[in-house]
Order: sequence, then C-alpha cells, then structure tokens
Amino acid sequence: MSTSEAVVALERVAVTFGERPVLREVSFRLEAEQFCALIGTNGSGKTTLLRAILGFIRVQSGRIDRAGGAIGYVPQKIILDPGLPLRARDVVALGLDGARFGTRLPSKERAARVQAMLRAVGAENFAEQRVGALSGGQQQRVLLAHALVRRPKLLLLDEPLANLDVGSTAEIVALLRRLSHEFGAAVLLSAHDMNPLLPAVDRVVYLANGCAVSGKADAVVRTEVLSRLYGYHVDVLRVHGRVVVVAAEARDESRTALERDPVHTIPVP
Amino acid sequence: MGEMSAVGLMGGFWSNQPVRVALAVGGCAALVCAVVGLSTVMRRQAFAGHALSDVSGAGGSAAYLLSINPLFGFLGIAAAAAGLMEWAQVREARERDLLTGVVLGAGLGLAALLLYLDMTVRSVSGAAITVLFGSMFTIPTSIVPVALAVAVAALGASALIFRPLLVTTLSVDLARAQGVSVRTTGLIQALALALAVSLSAMTVGAILSTALLIGPAAAALQVARRPASALALAVLIGLAATWGGVALAYQSYYWTPGHGWPVSFFIVMLIICAYLAASAVASRRAGAPAAVPLSGCQDH
Repeated sequence: MSTSEAVVALERVAVTFGERPVLREVSFRLEAEQFCALIGTNGSGKTTLLRAILGFIRVQSGRIDRAGGAIGYVPQKIILDPGLPLRARDVVALGLDGARFGTRLPSKERAARVQAMLRAVGAENFAEQRVGALSGGQQQRVLLAHALVRRPKLLLLDEPLANLDVGSTAEIVALLRRLSHEFGAAVLLSAHDMNPLLPAVDRVVYLANGCAVSGKADAVVRTEVLSRLYGYHVDVLRVHGRVVVVAAEARDESRTALERDPVHTIPVP
Repeated sequence: MGEMSAVGLMGGFWSNQPVRVALAVGGCAALVCAVVGLSTVMRRQAFAGHALSDVSGAGGSAAYLLSINPLFGFLGIAAAAAGLMEWAQVREARERDLLTGVVLGAGLGLAALLLYLDMTVRSVSGAAITVLFGSMFTIPTSIVPVALAVAVAALGASALIFRPLLVTTLSVDLARAQGVSVRTTGLIQALALALAVSLSAMTVGAILSTALLIGPAAAALQVARRPASALALAVLIGLAATWGGVALAYQSYYWTPGHGWPVSFFIVMLIICAYLAASAVASRRAGAPAAVPLSGCQDH
C-alpha cells in the first residue's frame, strides 16, 4: 500500500446512544505509517469512535472504509488478574493465533516471531513473568506486542497512557513512534492529556461536541479552530512549553465536557 | 451409608467391581472438572459453576422419577441452565450474578419438588442423599461408557476453544478485535461446563460437585505460571483426590465395621488439603501470609 492510500477513512460518521448523539459528522482519514493522536476530554466520544472503527458498534449514518489486513487493538482499562497463569510471552503468542480454534504444535518460526516482538517492545527482560504481576508500563508494552505481532496495518490504542508515570509515558510514546515506521502501521491513539504526544504525532484528530477537526497539530490546536469546534470561545495558551486550552466563558453547562472540565492542556506541537 | 457395607463384603480393592466403576467414573469426572474448572476459575465464573452443579440436582432427581440413566438427567438440566445463562449474554458481573442466582433458586426449587416426588410417588429410598451428596460405590456399570463419552466430548470441546478462551479471559474486546468468535466460544464453554458438572454431580453429588470443579483448578492456579502447567497440576490434584477418596472410603469400612464413610467426604477433604498446600507454597514464594478462601469463589 502506498502512503497516499487511506488505511482507514471516516466520512460523516454519526453514532447515537438512545436519544443522545455521541458523534456527529466525524470525518478524517489515516494513511500508512501515520501516527495520529485522537484528542478529547473525558466523555467526548474517543472510545466510541475507536469501537465504531473496529465494528463493535453500528454507525447511524456515514461510512467507515478500512483497508484489508489485521487491526491491532489495545483497549482501555484492561485489568490483568495477577493470578492468571499467563506469562508475558504467552500473551504475545496469543496475539498471533489466539483466535484459532483447536490446539497447535510448537513451532520454531512462531517462537522466533514472538521473541522478535518482545525484543521490539523492550519486554525481553520480563517475558517469563506472569503478565498480571507486571507494572502498568510493562503491561502496556506486552499488550502492544500482542497487538503488533500479526503486523497489523492499523493500530488502535484507547488511552494507553492513562495511569502511567511520566517516564513510562515518554518511553511508550517513543516506542509507538518507532514501531509505526518499522511496521508500516497507521496508529490512532486516544488520550485526554496530550502533553507527551504532540511532539511525536504526525496528525491530530480533535473531538468535541461530537464533531472532529483533523490535521497537523499546529493547524488544529489553535484558538480560532477549537473555538469553532466547541461552539464558543476558547483560548489556546502556551505556558512553559505546554499548551493550555481554556474556556473563556462557560455558556451552557449541559453542552460539552469542556465546560465541566474547563482547563484542558495540550503540549506545543 | 449403605453402599459401604456392600463394598466391605466384596473383598479386595482392585478386584471389587463397584470400586472399579467408581475409579473409572470418578477419574473421568476429575479429569474433565480439572480442565473445565481451570477456565471457569480464570474467567471468574466459579459462582456460575456452583449454581450449575446445584441446578443439575433437579435433573438427577427427575432421572430417578423417570427411571432413566441419572447421568442423562444431570446433563440435561445442566446443559439447559448453562445454555440459558450464556444465551442471556450478560457481561456485567452484578447482572450475571443476579441471573445465576435466579437460575440457581429455580433449579433448587425444582429439585426439592422432584426429590419429594421420588420419595412419595416412586418410593425411591436414598435418592436425596445420592443426588445431593453422591454415592460412588452404587454407580451402575452401565454408566461407564456414557461417562467416557461425556468426558471425551467435554475434553474435545475444551481443546477446541483453548486459545480463543484464553484471549477472551484477557479481555472480551481484545478477543473481538482479534477476530475471536466470542459468542461461539462462550456457548462451547457453557456446554463443556454442563458436561463437567453432570459428571461431577454423578460422582460426588450435586451439592459437593463444586469442590471437584473449582478446588483443583484454584489450587493449581496458585502455583502454576503457565496454562499447560496449571492444567497438568489441576488434573493431578483432581485425580489424586478422587482416587484417593475412593481408596480411603474403601478402607474406612475397616475403621468402623459395618459401615464406611462417604467417598464425597474424603474427596472434598483431600481437595481442601491440596488447596491449603498450594496456598502455603504460593505464600512462601511471595513471602506473604497464606490465602484462606478459594480465590475463584471470592471473585464471582
């Protein structure tokens, strides 16, 4: 696939839960090797958007076109039971053929692929440990390896940086940046705190009010663009190397998540 | 129990026909329960397993009333209840527990009625004890081939879904994204659970069958680091407890002449001993106090 072909393209996608519209006319496209951040406050519809791309939920209108090939996915808030008798290595191996029925015979080629993937994400040192006993950052690496081991064309990550310390967050972002190029995969990563992400991403999809704007970070994270998206004036301020998005005046308390959580920080692109 | 006086009069352990039948059917039950119990505990479905065991008692009671093979009775009701619970597709833990509780209550109510009818209409003596607590030395020889067939079916089903079930255990969404047929996997797992529970109920009774289903798996999961080693250890514990229980019950006839002790009691006690030993090993590894309750039952 050339870099100009879309790995996933959304056109005027709308999703409604009961009477409540969650996404309205969301459109963007993602190409191979692009590293894209999906930004929005809590409740802005990031997870819904990812689940719609995965086909877990039906869209009311619009269309989602996906190129063929596997999709890698790291869901939000997986709680891995420390009692599970699964080593990190086993979890990565399940990413290869876990969907297949029946048992399998041991294979050197399979073991080599798993080992290479563990090495790629820097998980060799804890490959033999129970996955539930690993730290949050280590678990993210293992889940990332699980998602990447089939060499997907599209990698979707739902809040993978939540609950990670600053050091682990920076490591995971750098790792994702490198792997998206190594594996030729398009990456769409959702986050509500974009500080560690914007310096690394190629594009940004910013969600608010059920709508999205997408483009390069410095073109999206601007006062006039975000004010138009939110439907009222917001200021994009740059403070000590960080971008702070501030709602100048909350007009309608029931309208947006930003109004409930008026200060939203985004790093300088 | 009356069964032990009969056994006591029959001479040597290995040449004793009821003992051989008990070893064969009990072995099938232990093997299947260890395998299916492992996925049941890992998926935190211990309460569902317990409920199915109890509910299957209604089937056993109906079998006595209708004079059919009791294994078919246990299996029929367990499969129906498992299918119902899986069909409802409840994912939320609280709602799943509520549904399981409702099915459990309905099944026990039905079992009470059928056991009453067993005693009053059919005048079947000892049906309640046999259905609820098992009577391994009175299992008819004709059940052995049926038990073997049930065991093969359950093990085949478990082998079929081994990998998809592990991914589903990690996360249902992860499994769906990877292309796992979560619905089909769940239905096959429910069938395997019904088969395991029916064999277990036939062996140690509907009430105590949870111990055989959950205990060996819970013990193995405390010390094993890999699925294969957990499986092997659970099978080892299950078989040792079941066959050891049969041997101890046989010997108990000589401890208290005229009557022996129930096999189910020894099996359950041996499983508890294995669980405590595994807890001790696990806590020694971790350098922490031993866990007392069964982890699978904690997290239903």
